[in-house]
Amino acid sequence: MLSPLILITAVLNGLMIGAVYALVALGLTLIYGVLHIINFAHGALMSAALFAAFFAYQKLGLDPYLATFLIAPAFFALGYALQRFVIGPASHGDDRNMLLVTLGLAVLIENALLYAFHADTRTVDLPYAFRSIDLGFTFLALPRVVSFAAVFVVALLLWAIMALTDTGKAIRAVASEKLGAELAGIDVAHIYAVTFGLGTACVAIAACLLVPTYYVTPRAGEAFVLVAFTIVVLGGMGSVPGALIGGLLIGIVESLAGFFLGESLGQVGIFLIFIVVLLVRPRGLFGASA
Amino acid sequence: MKALLPIAGVVAVLAAVPLVVHSNVVLNFLVVTLMIALVGQGWNMLGGYGGQYSFGHAAFFGTGAYTTAILQVHYGVNAWIGFAAGIAAGAAAGAIVGALAFRAGLRSSYFALVTLAVAEVLRILASVAPITGAGVGLLLKLDVRAQSFQFQSRTAFYFVILALLAVSLVITRLLEQSRFGVWLIAVRENEDAAMALGVDTFAVKLGAMTLSAAITAAAGCFYVQYFLFVDSGIAYGTWISIEALLTPIIGGVGTVFGALLGALVVKSLGEGAKLVAGDVPGLDLMIYGAVLIAVIRFAPRGLVGTVADAHGRIRRRFATAPAATGEAVRG
Amino acid sequence: MVEPLVEPLLAVDTVSRRFGGLLAVDGASLSARPARITALIGPNGAGKTTLFALISGFLKPSGGRICYDGADVTGEPPHRLARRGIARTFQIVQPFAGLSVRDNILVGAHLRHRARAEALAVAERVGHDVGLHDRLDRPANTLTVAGRKRLELARALATEPRLLLLDEVLAGLNPSEIRDVVPVIRALAARGIAVLMIEHVMQAVMSLAADVFVLAGGRIIAEGGPAAIATNPAVVEAYLGHGAATKVGGARG
Repeated sequence: MLSPLILITAVLNGLMIGAVYALVALGLTLIYGVLHIINFAHGALMSAALFAAFFAYQKLGLDPYLATFLIAPAFFALGYALQRFVIGPASHGDDRNMLLVTLGLAVLIENALLYAFHADTRTVDLPYAFRSIDLGFTFLALPRVVSFAAVFVVALLLWAIMALTDTGKAIRAVASEKLGAELAGIDVAHIYAVTFGLGTACVAIAACLLVPTYYVTPRAGEAFVLVAFTIVVLGGMGSVPGALIGGLLIGIVESLAGFFLGESLGQVGIFLIFIVVLLVRPRGLFGASA
Repeated sequence: MKALLPIAGVVAVLAAVPLVVHSNVVLNFLVVTLMIALVGQGWNMLGGYGGQYSFGHAAFFGTGAYTTAILQVHYGVNAWIGFAAGIAAGAAAGAIVGALAFRAGLRSSYFALVTLAVAEVLRILASVAPITGAGVGLLLKLDVRAQSFQFQSRTAFYFVILALLAVSLVITRLLEQSRFGVWLIAVRENEDAAMALGVDTFAVKLGAMTLSAAITAAAGCFYVQYFLFVDSGIAYGTWISIEALLTPIIGGVGTVFGALLGALVVKSLGEGAKLVAGDVPGLDLMIYGAVLIAVIRFAPRGLVGTVADAHGRIRRRFATAPAATGEAVRG
Repeated sequence: MVEPLVEPLLAVDTVSRRFGGLLAVDGASLSARPARITALIGPNGAGKTTLFALISGFLKPSGGRICYDGADVTGEPPHRLARRGIARTFQIVQPFAGLSVRDNILVGAHLRHRARAEALAVAERVGHDVGLHDRLDRPANTLTVAGRKRLELARALATEPRLLLLDEVLAGLNPSEIRDVVPVIRALAARGIAVLMIEHVMQAVMSLAADVFVLAGGRIIAEGGPAAIATNPAVVEAYLGHGAATKVGGARG
């Protein structure tokens, strides 16, 4: 019989893992909300960030949580450059071209990682990875608690950027009315690139948070991001609350389903939810019409 | 019938190749290349002419492959019947996915996502289900007779795939000249405008998707006969979804010969890379990714498209030069 | 001279369309008769394009009925309506940019003609009729605004409609271009087509239309001949604002 304690622990664990999912989903939904494209390269970029964090630890001895402060800005710059110099110019005014380019990037990055580092699984062994926090009625893994807290900080930071800075206001302007923003003198190409950079930085931070407890392979990011796609579609493309709430929800569902169904079928389940949502209510719970 | 002459010419040239080339290595390369061209031709029907970009065409390749493999391995069905069944199964899969996706009004990004997800689901299911051989895959029994769709010489396989490709080229050309084709292209260019002109866009997209899936499934069936083995990674893997869209995009979306040209380029690149850097996993796909980006960035209409554009521009400049000013005023 | 009135080909009966909390079209009724030009006018944001979308099947009404040729066609999709004989142009022109002018018109022609040769012949003829005969092989995206408007018209005409919905077909044209297009529209009605046009260019409305409906705030506030509409105080209010009717009346006084 399942004691309520085990269930509560599963839910708490789900919340914490869900927070990281939410961060990845946030990056995706931000890009969609402003650029109106689905970034197929999101997963590959996450894999790249996982490798970056791994090598930062292995070669430079940098703790992944500290490495975040290096890797996040680096990936912001990477995302900015990709949108500004590769994706944007390739669109030729047709959305479908951008889809293809992000797909091309995904394939390129993932296979470049495969070619360079091969498919063997790598992990980072950190002394505190197995430490847990004693809540009295249950234990919570320390890295998970740190992730949860970190995601909140990042979400807050993003909100601050959006609401308080000029760039944030420009981003919101472009998201709601691109032509108007252009006419008002906003450099749309720059804003697009900044947004893409922010979305990529989100995914990079998520990767750094995951490295202590997750595995590093060229396809690892892809698997993770598939869940994020489901969340974004469920919560609504372009909806920030949708991404956050959806992320936490899916985290809990996955945690509970893991108990009852096991690994593989769990993945198929998530995919099926994904497909069903796309077919039945593409705009999700909070989003605008597809 | 005059419209089919170029196809006849190309096919004749390709048919003559085995008379000159006897190397098994080269023949193998050509067989695989023509098979990929067939896959691409299928994608082209939906993506190039219809403008619906599927990122999961592996779903149809794999369904064709597994259907014929399962029928032969588990039920002892004749290979040619299996071939027909595989095409039918692929077409059915296309019709189902198409009906659901287009009924839901999915366009562009969302359509790409759904097709990607469907292919992935099928891959995971195939990797665990006993009937598809789970992680091990399915091995066909060696039975080298024409009635079992297995041949001793590679040349025989070459002619079979060439025939299949020729049929697909003819279908494509006839489609271009038909009312269905005109409507399909209209849907690609502007769905709303097409609707206002009486085009039943749902039916047209569905028809294109079914045809596209059938052609790709045929290639999947051929794969099984040629290699006598299939597993989830081969049948439903990303590699085939990528090659399905890459070949027409490089060669020229929405053209009759685009997929064939693109297949020649893609496969040559793959082989070239292997020669230079060795057969390392990830190398060929890495190059394909880079090529895809480069083509979209610099020549989005592909080889055939870019040449056709340039040709059209030159022709118009010389044809209208004298009346240029008058025309510009009247617009 | 009083012309005997033919039965309306199109009868829009108290049609409404709601978007969430917004009632974009509120119980609007209008009609269009064969061989006559009917104009739908009104200030910006009145709901004219929404009404067109309802009539042409791109939107489903929240209430009311649309009857065409005696049959209830409420809620039918655009392609089915096109087959019945309702054609429309778009306010923001939507050419098939990658195709030639001829191939654009061909799409419309194929509705009634399955065989390519036949459809091509129809496309050629329609292209001549609207004055695009010298540009048939050019890519559609190289046409000027005026050319694109003609192409919109040609494509719709190629479907051999009995009811033609023109959505601001004169917008963006300069006075001489307008002078060129007006007789083309008049000729359509002469051929027996019922023309329903949304228009802002008042001189064209006055000279072309036999019947005028005025839409403001989603409601039909006036209907009648062009002369009567022009002097209708409610109409002047709608365009120029509250109290304008008295001011205008006073000035003319």
